[in-house]
Amino acid sequence: MPAVSKGDGMRGLAVFISDIRNCKSKEAEIKRINKELANIRSKFKGDKALDGYSKKKYVCKLLFIFLLGHDIDFGHMEAVNLLSSNRYTEKQIGYLFISVLVNSNSELIRLINNAIKNDLASRNPTFMGLALHCIANVGSREMAEAFAGEIPKILVAGDTMDSVKQSAALCLLRLYRASPDLVPMGDWTSRVVHLLNDQHLGVVTAATSLITTLAQKNPEEFKTSVSLAVSRLSRIVTSASTDLQDYTYYFVPAPWLSVKLLRLLQCYPPPDPAVRGRLTECLETILNKAQEPPKSKKVQHSNAKNAVLFEAISLIIHHDSEPNLLVRACNQLGQFLQHRETNLRYLALESMCTLASSEFSHEAVKTHIDTVINALKTERDVSVRQRAVDLLYAMCDRSNAQQIVAEMLSYLETADYSIREEIVLKVAILAEKYAVDYTWYVDTILNLIRIAGDYVSEEVWYRVIQIVINRDDVQGYAAKTVFEALQAPACHENLVKVGGYILGEFGNLIAGDPRSSPLIQFNLLHSKFHLCSVPTRALLLSTYIKFVNLFPEVKTTIQDVLRSDSQLKNADVELQQRAVEYLRLSTVASTDILATVLEEMPPFPERESSILAKLKKKKGPSTVTDLEEAKRERSADVNGGPEPAPASASAASTPSPSADLLGLGAAPPAPTGPPPSAGGLLVDVFSDSASAVAPLAPGSEDNFARFVCKNNGVLFENQLLQIGLKSEFRQNLGRMFIFYGNKTSTQFLNFTPTLICADDLQANLNLQTKPVDPTVDGGAQVQQVVNIECVSDFTEAPVLNIQFRYGGTFQNVSVKLPITLNKFFQPTEMASQDFFQRWKQLSNPQQEVQNIFKAKHPMDTEITKAKIIGFGSALLEEVDPNPANFVGAGIIHTKTTQIGCLLRLEPNLQAQMYRLTLRTSKDTVSQRLCDLLSEQF
Amino acid sequence: MLLFSRQGKLRLQKWYVPLSDKEKKKITRELVQTVLARKPKMCSFLEWRDLKIVYKRYASLYFCCAIEDQDNELITLEIIHRYVELLDKYFGSVCELDIIFNFEKAYFILDEFLLGGEVQETSKKNVLKAIEQADLLQESQNEEWGGLSEDIL
Repeated sequence: MPAVSKGDGMRGLAVFISDIRNCKSKEAEIKRINKELANIRSKFKGDKALDGYSKKKYVCKLLFIFLLGHDIDFGHMEAVNLLSSNRYTEKQIGYLFISVLVNSNSELIRLINNAIKNDLASRNPTFMGLALHCIANVGSREMAEAFAGEIPKILVAGDTMDSVKQSAALCLLRLYRASPDLVPMGDWTSRVVHLLNDQHLGVVTAATSLITTLAQKNPEEFKTSVSLAVSRLSRIVTSASTDLQDYTYYFVPAPWLSVKLLRLLQCYPPPDPAVRGRLTECLETILNKAQEPPKSKKVQHSNAKNAVLFEAISLIIHHDSEPNLLVRACNQLGQFLQHRETNLRYLALESMCTLASSEFSHEAVKTHIDTVINALKTERDVSVRQRAVDLLYAMCDRSNAQQIVAEMLSYLETADYSIREEIVLKVAILAEKYAVDYTWYVDTILNLIRIAGDYVSEEVWYRVIQIVINRDDVQGYAAKTVFEALQAPACHENLVKVGGYILGEFGNLIAGDPRSSPLIQFNLLHSKFHLCSVPTRALLLSTYIKFVNLFPEVKTTIQDVLRSDSQLKNADVELQQRAVEYLRLSTVASTDILATVLEEMPPFPERESSILAKLKKKKGPSTVTDLEEAKRERSADVNGGPEPAPASASAASTPSPSADLLGLGAAPPAPTGPPPSAGGLLVDVFSDSASAVAPLAPGSEDNFARFVCKNNGVLFENQLLQIGLKSEFRQNLGRMFIFYGNKTSTQFLNFTPTLICADDLQANLNLQTKPVDPTVDGGAQVQQVVNIECVSDFTEAPVLNIQFRYGGTFQNVSVKLPITLNKFFQPTEMASQDFFQRWKQLSNPQQEVQNIFKAKHPMDTEITKAKIIGFGSALLEEVDPNPANFVGAGIIHTKTTQIGCLLRLEPNLQAQMYRLTLRTSKDTVSQRLCDLLSEQF
Repeated sequence: MLLFSRQGKLRLQKWYVPLSDKEKKKITRELVQTVLARKPKMCSFLEWRDLKIVYKRYASLYFCCAIEDQDNELITLEIIHRYVELLDKYFGSVCELDIIFNFEKAYFILDEFLLGGEVQETSKKNVLKAIEQADLLQESQNEEWGGLSEDIL
């Protein structure tokens, strides 16, 4: 029998629930449910019209059945009928059913919306509340279409009841989240901001949530909320615990509202001085309160108080401008690191991670290193240990890298499987980044493989090989170390790969020692051969042929191995092919040819890319000048989206046999790339980019944006015409080559491209060009040169209009020509100190433009760097205390003036967000550069 | 927000983002397993996919909320507590059975307290006032209704 029945009793429902609970088995439960469903179905279908109460009861039973996890495919209509009941309870159950079991049946949606409309118009606050709750719970597009215009009116109307306002605010918030395009900003926004002053704290709480979400997307529209939020917050934090009556929670005044206000303020940069002073007072008061003895022993008291404190710290970190507050925040978190509450330790570790990235508090965070290391060793909860790893990673710099890497390695031995891979990556990154002594780096990576070989991804072992090949000073050490590591009876396959590769290249450096003579090296590697997978064996075969070149004395031994049936007749075609080819190579080639083909690997260019590698192979490195090379590299990198710069696909992974041998001679780690094209250099560049460009509508912004960080590629393509660009810029001048390709076999006639500059652009940008031949033959390409001069900074872009006749038809195409302000950047290198000095000089509010935005592409560090360099500024390493951030500097050259520009990009991987800050001496430049660059990530 | 028992039985579910029924079931299964596997002294927060999970156990029931990365964990913990207080006050020392038999009430109270995933009203008095007013409406209507004899089925 029912335990409690409050309000009304739907006894039938209670009996049914009891029955279900008494079912001994799943089968019995299903049987009981089916019986009930049949009963309800017959009632709904029956001749006798059901009264409202029965309908409500049955609908409620259906709901219960649904919530047990069973499918419900009827009853929707009855629920909708309940919505138009005048009885509150019936309406309420109807709405609940709709909210939980919303169905995209359009007929039904229309009826539901109709009922909601009536209730919203009823002026009965309880009915209005129910209707708003339903909209907020469903939040579908159809509902947004129907009500997004109406709800703001209810929200700001003078005579709306407080409770209805609260529901309306959050209802609107939900609709905005689901369909922002359907919620137009308008006059109502300023009145919503003033709800922050409302007498009723519940209304303020709901309004703050709404404003925070809206302000993230429309900061300008809501910026007056900042001062209102600060004064509201100030009133709350200075109030006595009894002032706010029921809004005081365990002696903490309005904790929810405080947290929300602090969140709202995080949508904006630090406010102007007057408001800022008041805000700083608030933040200080919150920090002071944390030091006061607790007013209650209840955990609710400390949680609420600390919730506000942590949010205040988040705001302090967000502003990142008050060293005093940052250091105080850090000390406070330091206390929490040793708190007996696990929750607080967890949050302190998490919050300190962000503090570590601020130049002001990085050092303060570092003082807690021992506590954090201790947490790694003693915390019983893996999620807390994970936070400790994160913090160690964040606080790592050159001064403590050795200690931190050592601690992480030793933790890795016992670390939870769930976080091993991440730790491996972190160790690998730190070891490389802060390596002063590369023998330490090699040791660290080999240790990684030994301790957690299964979690070492390809990138990690590729990287160690790249570094060893590029650094002469570590090659002998690396060979010796891998040789020793391979002595272990059981070693990880990744170690065999690294060992095979390094000995194949540098085994000669240790061959003088009789303990590691060529034959011993070979036997050692070959003893692992049969335990390895096919790709590793393929790699080892390449090592063997390299040994043939390095050590003529083991040639016959190796030839015997290659000749054995298990190689020459191997079922795996790749292994068989290698064995056959290598054997043949070792037999027929003269010593000189062997030495050339199997020469030591050339150093890996930093940020090598497949396109660049190909360019070099074609033209030969000497013919590509440095500047051009740098430029190409930029464009190539940015361009190379889908295949990030190849770490080093080993020779083993190239299946094509002809490419394979070539690869060995030249650069096996670089993949052979796309099939070589017979065309010249330019065509080549274009064909590569073309594959990445989708057919575009004329003037597409997307395609325009793609050129912000690169200079070459395809600007436009349809079935008839392809427009390619190649451009170069120096100081305030530039030259752009436009290539018009006729893709058809028919002539284009009257071919007339025209450059159009809007009036205000004309004054700032000089473009000069000559007309092109009006006839373009089928399959032909014509070129047009545009000389560019930047007179003064500009925002708009010129338009390229092309008109021509194709067959009998007139064609007309317009595209935006990607000449953007950043093209006139000259990178400026500067030291950290200079950077911050200039940064501070540019602290006038108009000089700074900031944008916080969601990542539109995967957040890859190398790609981001390439884009910033492609954008034209210098990428300054080791300026920002947080290694995850990017800092750049450069000068925009115009004819009239030069404008110094500083930029900082802060990625937040967890949130998949970026914050971009631009400071330049000219506000329009800051704004334009910020707009341009924001679109790139 | 999810409420489930120590045996992993789901008692209440509230979704503030649109998801298909299939996804909801999958998420529920995954979360219940994850949270039940945790030991008592562990911290109340964990990362799950790109969200943070905040949970707390009250007697036989687990209350569990998924929040976004920038959201405040501690205040979420107190959202859970405030909801428990509301249930407690309304039912008078609430137990799992109250929530089973009066699931619709548990939903109504939640809607008054949280809407669209945000706190609507933090004052205990105001939330309960809203619910009690509704109950008054119900009771007066029930009286009008009269006999309930046919109600057993």
